[in-house]
Amino acid sequence: MLLTSYLALAAILFCIGLYGVLIKRNAVLVLFSIELMLNAVNLNLVAFAKYGVFGNMVGQVFTLFSIAVAAAEAAVGIALIIALYRHKETAEVEQYDSLKE
Amino acid sequence: MTAENIAFFILSLFAIGGSVFMINLSKVMHMALSLTLTFLSIAGLYFLLDAPFLGAVQILIYTGAITVLMIFGIMLTKHREEAKKSKHPMRDRFALLAVVVLFALIMLTIYQVPIEQGPDHHLKEDNVAKLGELFFKNYVFSFELVSVLLLVALIGAILLAKKEEKE
Repeated sequence: MLLTSYLALAAILFCIGLYGVLIKRNAVLVLFSIELMLNAVNLNLVAFAKYGVFGNMVGQVFTLFSIAVAAAEAAVGIALIIALYRHKETAEVEQYDSLKE
Repeated sequence: MTAENIAFFILSLFAIGGSVFMINLSKVMHMALSLTLTFLSIAGLYFLLDAPFLGAVQILIYTGAITVLMIFGIMLTKHREEAKKSKHPMRDRFALLAVVVLFALIMLTIYQVPIEQGPDHHLKEDNVAKLGELFFKNYVFSFELVSVLLLVALIGAILLAKKEEKE
């Protein structure tokens, strides 16, 4: 059945994104992996809009909203990373540990 | 095998391949480009799922704007090549284990729960017109809220990334 295939694909992409968030050391790539996870969830919404029992356009509307919010998140995230980079002189997430001290 | 299945198979192969390369490549720029391939194939999947407007938006926002933004972020910060050897191999292995467990749980749920496939909803006809109607009738308040959010994010990003003046 095609719906379960879409759900499985979204699960695979989500898990790869989560793995990237956990192991990547470059902060920009961590942000990028989060975008991948968001994309996987969007794919679920669109798949249910087409193949779900009560599927309708609302799934696509929600996906558009989530894309807009993801774009805002990416812009603020990059700005934060650049501001952090100016303070710490590095983009590695392991160096961002000033709360530990 | 219908044409739709074949297209789904190829596009999902590209999507998974791009994201796996993102994990495994050694240069940061190559990782960003391989993730672009993933976003592009997800746009193709949107076209397959009767959402042509969303597919276009995906290409514009993700493979266009966000990728360029990330590449700027990569170039504005120092990026040494990600070393193959991690500083914390134990922690990486634990992360892999956790992700695999989560993946197994999701797959188990997907294939255990009887998800019924509904009838054809004909989302392709007048897709953009229907979307616009929904946006400006049912969700007009949220729509305006999102525009405010984008404006706030824009100003916030500029303020955060601006060079701080020395006191």
